Order: sequence, then C-alpha cells, then structure tokens
Amino acid sequence: MSAQPQGFQQRAAQALSDENLQRSIGSLKGGFVAARARAVSALPEFEAMREAGRAIKDHTLDNLDYYLTRYEAEVVRRGGHVHWASDAQDACRIIRDICARVGAKTVTKGKSMVSEEIGLNDALEADGLEVIETDAGEYIVQLAKEAPSHIVMPTIHKTTSQIASLFHEHHRQYGFEHHVEDPAELIGQVRSVLRGKFFAADVGITGANFLVAETGSNVIVTNEGNGDLTSTLARVHIVTAGIEKVVPTLNDTSVLLRLLARSALGMDVTSYVTYSTGPRREGDLDGPEEYHVVLVDNGRTKMLEGAYRPMLRCIRCGACMNHCPVYLSVGGHAYGWVYPGPMGAVLTPMIAGHEKAQELPHACTLNGRCQQVCPVKIPLPDMLRHLRHDQWEEGFIRGKARWGIDAWAWLATRPKLYHAVTRTLVGIGALLGRSSGRFRRLPLASGWTTGRDMPAPQGTTFHAAWAKSKKQG
Amino acid sequence: MSQPEPTSGSSTSPPRVALFVTCLVDLFRPSVGFAAIKLLEDAGCIVEVPSQQVCCGQPAYNSGDTEAARRIAKQVIETFCEFDYVVGPSGSCMSMLRKDYPEMLKDDPAWSARADSLSQRSYELMSFLSDVLHVRVEGISYAGTVAYHDSCSGLRTLGIKAQPRQLLSDVAGLELRELQDAETCCGFGGTFCVKYPDISVKMVSDKVGNIDMSGADTVIGGDLGCLLNIAGRLKRLGKTTRVFHAAEVLAGMAKGPGIGEAEKT
Repeated sequence: MSAQPQGFQQRAAQALSDENLQRSIGSLKGGFVAARARAVSALPEFEAMREAGRAIKDHTLDNLDYYLTRYEAEVVRRGGHVHWASDAQDACRIIRDICARVGAKTVTKGKSMVSEEIGLNDALEADGLEVIETDAGEYIVQLAKEAPSHIVMPTIHKTTSQIASLFHEHHRQYGFEHHVEDPAELIGQVRSVLRGKFFAADVGITGANFLVAETGSNVIVTNEGNGDLTSTLARVHIVTAGIEKVVPTLNDTSVLLRLLARSALGMDVTSYVTYSTGPRREGDLDGPEEYHVVLVDNGRTKMLEGAYRPMLRCIRCGACMNHCPVYLSVGGHAYGWVYPGPMGAVLTPMIAGHEKAQELPHACTLNGRCQQVCPVKIPLPDMLRHLRHDQWEEGFIRGKARWGIDAWAWLATRPKLYHAVTRTLVGIGALLGRSSGRFRRLPLASGWTTGRDMPAPQGTTFHAAWAKSKKQG
Repeated sequence: MSQPEPTSGSSTSPPRVALFVTCLVDLFRPSVGFAAIKLLEDAGCIVEVPSQQVCCGQPAYNSGDTEAARRIAKQVIETFCEFDYVVGPSGSCMSMLRKDYPEMLKDDPAWSARADSLSQRSYELMSFLSDVLHVRVEGISYAGTVAYHDSCSGLRTLGIKAQPRQLLSDVAGLELRELQDAETCCGFGGTFCVKYPDISVKMVSDKVGNIDMSGADTVIGGDLGCLLNIAGRLKRLGKTTRVFHAAEVLAGMAKGPGIGEAEKT
C-alpha cells in the first residue's frame, strides 16, 4: 500500500462520523486497556522488566552492526540465506526473485507489518502470484482490499456484521452458501479456506518479532498458529524483518516476549511462540527446503544516527495506540499508512518522509500516556515534538501556524508590551463576555467554538489586578 | 491553614516564593492567582510576583520552534533566579520549568546549570503545598460533590495525583468522586484543541460523559487549559456542572462564578 498520510484531518472527520467504526474502536478502551492493566498488576516486576527491555534494545542498537553480522553468520552456518534490502523496492525485488526462481504460484503469509510497509502483496500479485494472508485479521482486510487499522488487531475497525457480509460474498466459491454472523462459524470458515492454501503454498512468508543473533533464529508470536503452518508447510520460508529486530541472545527474547504479550493483549504469553532456525535438517520431520531472511533497512539506518534512535526499540505491541485518545477517536486508517497511533506518527514521517506525513506529529496532545505504557520506554511525545522541531527548522510549518507562533514569541519576549497588549484585549473580552460569562462564537477561534463555548475573561489580567492591589496596599 | 513543618531543620526564615502566574490564569482567571497567593501566604511563605514574567514558552516548544522556546526559557530563568521557590498553579507550565528547560538547555554551558537550578526550585502548586510545605487545610468548606480532573503533564511528568486529593480531603462538605478513565486526556493539548477541533471535541465529550456518570456537580483541576476546555464543553451542552481551579476551592475562594459562568447580578 502506498503512503497517503496527508489528509489526516479529512479522514479523521470521516472516522468521527462513522458509527460502525466508533463502536468497533470503542471496544479497545474497555477490553485491551483493562486486560493490560490486569496483566501488569499481576506481575510486580513489570516496571523492572520494562527497564530490562529498554536496556536490551538500547545495547543492541548501540552495537547493531555487530549483532546483525553475527546473526547473518549464524543463519548462513545453519544453511539459510540472508539478503540485505536498502529500501522497500529492493526488498520486494529480492522476494520476487526468490519466488520466481523456485517457480512459486501460491504464497502464504503470516502477519508481518514490515511486509505491509514495503507493499509486498501488491508486488507479488503484479507477478501473477496468488498471495494469501493467513492471520485471520489480515485475511479479512485482504478480502476487503483495505489496510490493517491496528498493528496487532488489523480488523479492529470492522464489526462482526461487516465481516459476515464480506465472507458471504467471498466464501461462496468454497461452498459456504449461507450468511452467518456467529463469530465461531466465521472463524471456522477461515480455518477451512486456509487449510487448503497452507498445503498448496510454495512459499511461506512470515515476519519476525525477534531475530536472535546467537542462534540465527527468528521468533514469531501468534494466537492462531497460522505462522507455524506458513513457515513449515511451504517449500520455501522467507522471513522479512526490519534490521532493528535483532537481539543478542535467546534469554533476551524471554524478557521481551513477556513484555510483548502483556502490553499487546494483556496475556501472560501468546498461544504460540515459534523459533525457526534455518531450513529442514536431515532427520527433521518437517520444515522448509529453503530458508531466507530479508533484512529491511528502509530508513532505519538514518533513524539510528540521530535523535530518533529510541524509536527503533519498538517491538510493535500496539499499547501506545490502545492508550492513545486520538487513535481511539479516529482509528488507524486516519493515519493514512500502515503504522497508526503514536508509533505510526513517528515512524511514518521517518520512513515515508516529512512531506507525506506532515500532519501526523501534530495530531497529538502530548499527554504522555503512550510513553507510560510503552514496554521499552520509548519517549514517544519527545519524538513527536522533535519531529515538529525538524519540520519547523526545515520550513514545513508555514502560514498561520508559523506566523502565529512567531508573533506570539516576539511579544512574549517583551514583557512590558505583552502586559499592555493583553490588558487591553482582556479588558475588551471581559466587557463583551460579562453578561453570559462565555462566548458561543469567536471569529478568530472558530476551532474552539465549533463544539465548545469559550469562557470569558474575569475582568482584567492578573498582573493588572495585582499591580492595582499593591498600589492600594 | 496550619503552619508548615520546616522541610530542612536548619532554616527558620520563611521561604521566599515567586508565583509563576501562567498565561491562562493571567488572561482568563486572575482569581486563581490570588487564591494561590493566599494559600502560600497562609502556609507561611513570603510571596512575590515578578512583573517581568510572561509565559513559559510551551506554545513555541510544542510547535517545534525550539529556538524561541529557549529565548523565553532564558528570560524565565533570569526573572526567577533570586527566589527560594517558583510555584505555579499549572502542572503543564511547571513541567516546562522542571523537565523541559534543563533538556532544551543542556548543551548550553552558560545556561545549563541555571536551568537545572530553576528546575529544582520549581513546583506545581498542589505538589508544593503537599510535598514541600506539608500543609493541612483547615477551616475551609465547599458544599459539593467534586470530580478531580488529573491533567496529563501534572499526572505523568510531575507525579501529581495523591496531593490534590489529600488537600481536598480536608475541605469540609466536599465529597470526592473518581472519574472513569480519569487518566485519559481531556483533549485540550494546547494548540491541538484548535488545530484538530473535531478530535478535541470528541475527547472532551468523552470526558464530560464520564463527569456526568460520576454524579459530580463540580469539576476541579490544577490546570486552567483543561478546565477551560471542560467548562466550555459543559456550557455548550447546557449543563450546570460547575468548574473551578483547585486553588480557588482550597483557598475558600470558590464562592463567585465558576469558569464560564456569568457574574451574578
């Protein structure tokens, strides 16, 4: 999917008036926020674990070249192949080449956000391949020709009834004639449809929650087991992963897995945690004949250099969006690309460019709740503020927004003038607002008064009143 | 109000405290400033209000104009360098002084230490009264069922949650109610509320819904930005829920019109 993060404001307005969407994302608030809180409170050492998770990620990022090289050597030693992709196009080309070489017709996919990031499905379908998402949520958004609206729960924007209609339309070809709304039956249909695809697949593509440098393993977590079937039943297993996914040791994954499941879904552990290491060995009962890893940079090295390095700690749990009042108001599609919410508002401009995502860092109240729940302590509000700073410096902030701040800052550094001007304005405001105590409409602040009254000033400024009271002594 | 316990045994002279008025209190609700002064003076502080003060610089800082924010920060540091403490009735503004100034000036050798010094002497009002002065409110009453709105900067940057509740627990006649989703932002967010009015109104509507559900007849909080936002939405919906700054209630000065209410004639 191509990045279309501009137009946030319009998409947000649509989302706010979409009753189905509002009902669907409303379930996040009560459900996953409460579940996370329960899981965290049941683990007294959770805060210490967050600190340990941060330290593991920071140490790895400080020595990323070493751990990536080590990881590559271990993969190769076990008969796998490692490919380095500098950008999305490069990554897609590598994967298309592998599919072409092995004569693939059908490709199954486990849930992978990096594959969304690089637009892999479109690239493979353009080559005439049948690509099937096997995570139930991803399968649904694929049928609907939509992007995921959440990085963990791709279909959180959809109601059961919408999914039922979608299945009724697409599953007739598999013999499901009747419109059903029972979630268990709907999942049963997905299970039945996917079963055949798993066996037919030539290539299985998964993401990676972690890559382990000491063993050359990739780790995926799922609650459906689809990842295992994707990676073991196809002839060829391709892992796509951002370069920041590497961690030094298996022990490190135990810390991060505990943080991940609790932060994402409020679970102690996900139903499946799968470590894959290389292709099938002699004597193995299953496993792929070929094992490839495509390591994707796509802007990450640039993030490593500067102020945004902490963003590379992200383990894609989604807690930041589950706790973000803006995300919970407008949902994921408003953000216009594959990564929504606070983490998306940082990553999208970093990967897709400021010019394509100028609004996102501003669509945030800097309330800090995302940072508070982030399992690896990413200072998301600081990152967002820093992006605003970069935009300011690079001249992306123009017009009213810039002149307003310029004029105000000019005045604010001239205290005497500031107090004289504000005294006059407040005096006028108080006079006009005295009768009702508030304004229903303000010509220069229509953004405020469309949905709120503006309380009127009390009478004069504090400083004027204070000076007067001093004089009267 | 009882005298403060001395915080460090050696000092016997009353602390010299500068009031950081904050822009919104200056412009919209001077009574909050007077209430803060009363609370501090009753607690034995010598309070001054430097007239050179303007704003903490947060609008520039959060808009990306870090250079302008630094200029303003230096002006604030200069204005308040003489005082034992700088206290303001806002978690948001005082977070700037406590957390953001040291960060934005850390690479400036001429200002870094001065920013750190100001940071250590700067307090949000509720936190100062409770954590530093250990005051207990006496002889103050407010007849009402009150929901305390936790503002985000105060809550998460400065750790202010128990302090205002503890102070308010000594106000006679005041019954505290906790809001559902109390730690969720009200949608003010500085310039956010006018840049993204639709989302902001959605957020404040959720907040007002929770206020309604709590059964509170009054909302109080420590940040005027949030309170203007909440009061503005309550008034637009025609609700009679009253809104005050916590300082006004604690100082026994919540007797006049609440935020957004007309003068009584």
